[in-house]
Amino acid sequence: MSATKKSLNSAIVKVENLSKIFGNLKAVDNVSFEVKEGEIFGFVGPNGAGKTTTISMLTTLLKPTSGYAEIVGYDIYKEANEVRRNVGVVPQEYTADEDMTGLQNILLIADLYGISRSDSKPHAQELLKLVDLESSTNRKVGTYSGGMRRRLELACGLINYPRLLFLDEPTLGLDVQTRTVIWQYIKTFKEQYGMTLFMTTHYLEEADTLCDRIAIIDHGKLLRIGSPEELKESIGGDVITVVVKENAPDISAEIAKIELVKDVRKSENTYRIKTNLGEEASPLITDLFRNMGYM
Amino acid sequence: MDENKAKRKINSKNLAPQESPSIVPTRENRKFRPAPKLDKSPLHGLWALTNRDLRKWYTNPIQLLVSIIQPIIWLGLFGKALNFSNFIAGSGASVAQQNAILQSFFGTTSYFSFLSCGMFAFIVLFTSAFSGMSVVFDRRFGFLNKALSTPVARGAIIMSKVLQSVGRSLVQAAIILVIAVLLGMQTAHFTVQGIAGIFVVIFLMGIGLSALFTMLALRSADWQTQMAIINLLNLPLLFASNALFPPSIMPTWLQDVVRINPVSYANDATRQLMIGATGMTSLAVDFAVLIAFAVILSTIGIVLSWRYLSR
Repeated sequence: MSATKKSLNSAIVKVENLSKIFGNLKAVDNVSFEVKEGEIFGFVGPNGAGKTTTISMLTTLLKPTSGYAEIVGYDIYKEANEVRRNVGVVPQEYTADEDMTGLQNILLIADLYGISRSDSKPHAQELLKLVDLESSTNRKVGTYSGGMRRRLELACGLINYPRLLFLDEPTLGLDVQTRTVIWQYIKTFKEQYGMTLFMTTHYLEEADTLCDRIAIIDHGKLLRIGSPEELKESIGGDVITVVVKENAPDISAEIAKIELVKDVRKSENTYRIKTNLGEEASPLITDLFRNMGYM
Repeated sequence: MDENKAKRKINSKNLAPQESPSIVPTRENRKFRPAPKLDKSPLHGLWALTNRDLRKWYTNPIQLLVSIIQPIIWLGLFGKALNFSNFIAGSGASVAQQNAILQSFFGTTSYFSFLSCGMFAFIVLFTSAFSGMSVVFDRRFGFLNKALSTPVARGAIIMSKVLQSVGRSLVQAAIILVIAVLLGMQTAHFTVQGIAGIFVVIFLMGIGLSALFTMLALRSADWQTQMAIINLLNLPLLFASNALFPPSIMPTWLQDVVRINPVSYANDATRQLMIGATGMTSLAVDFAVLIAFAVILSTIGIVLSWRYLSR
């Protein structure tokens, strides 16, 4: 049995009311969620939403201002070293040392985990082969292309056989072709290593393609969480905006009665009407407005 | 692997992950592979990190060349230009009187020998000053965060920076010693124990000074600030010591500063060991001060690294 096993329910990541405040900026604001073992979990949001700050806390690089989080059953603050041993991290930046070869880099990371060379040497070769860098293992990283460096970072993140791999914006700054290749590797990792993946991205289609579940975060707050299908369902469909003259009576209730309309919101003189089928609902809405004497 | 095969690989990179499934460890065959034995001692990774920094130095021919040429320039130009013997020779005193004056000021009749001993402090000081710089760059390039996300001891990250700079200092000191002798340093008082002793002195002073400069860089991601700090501390530490001039020619308040500057104790020990000069204190006190300096500063550095290395 591996020594890392601790009593685990199905949740490999458990986050409760986690916050991080820098000065008067709430980078992460009272966030709670769980990640199940074996899934690909995506953190989606614009730049500056708090994705990297959350990952930094979960990977023990940042101390939370308040709240609690548990990874593989270990407290991220009190049992930080156990968390680090069980987790792999692929950061946003290219962190590999340019003056060293790909192989030297990955062996250095293995040394930092305390993995003996007898284990890390064959494993490093396997991983470099897995990410298709076997012909460049002995070249200095300074000569690598962006895509190669990203692949090397992926391999470095796997050297300690992590049960949970954090990927922070794994395809940031890569061209479309290289991105598809990276996606391919991420799927391979999951299938072949059976690990849980926790990734952040601001590309919606990336989250849609890869993730089993997605959390949407903005301004440090968790807005929604669910499978890509659920989220599309909840925010999907069409939105029709109708602007009326000021001081007109509120007819939201009447609009809501139309069969295809899911939700109506009125702010000042604007109605935001959500429907499943815009083409069919819009004539009905126009008719209603006409009947109410608007046109 | 031959070139054609490599090319084909690149062309078919989309298919790559499927191409080599047989050797890839799957969850199933991982059961047959022993779980990696993790070294959990606080020292693991220390040598790997130290060697990473040292490698940048010894595999870079320009850096190596500079570290050999630099002491030649310092000793050759500075050491020969600042020639106190010539000042005194111009006074018209007899040779015996001149030697007596030199002896009373420098503890030796050769200023060049006096200065050569001080050059060890010079080189350790300047090499140590830049040990903090690599913390700044590691932070900027994300390597520091990568290292912090592994279970390597925070103290080991700091001590690797200290040790790599001590390693460089020791090598450079050996070069200085050879060059100084070639340029005319007196060797009459050299002993094997004495030379071994000065390397211990350099080791201790290097640990203390590098720990100091590394700890000042713990939070910094800004190399300009770090440069300013280096300049602010380096010259006072050098000039308010006995490295270049004997304290007896300084005003008394400055002599007091010299006496609390740990660099002075390193020079004092070096001069007693190498040119048989009368020291400002005994060798035992010199070593005691240096050991305390090294132990206290590296302890502070390790303790601060637990708290301040990650933000």
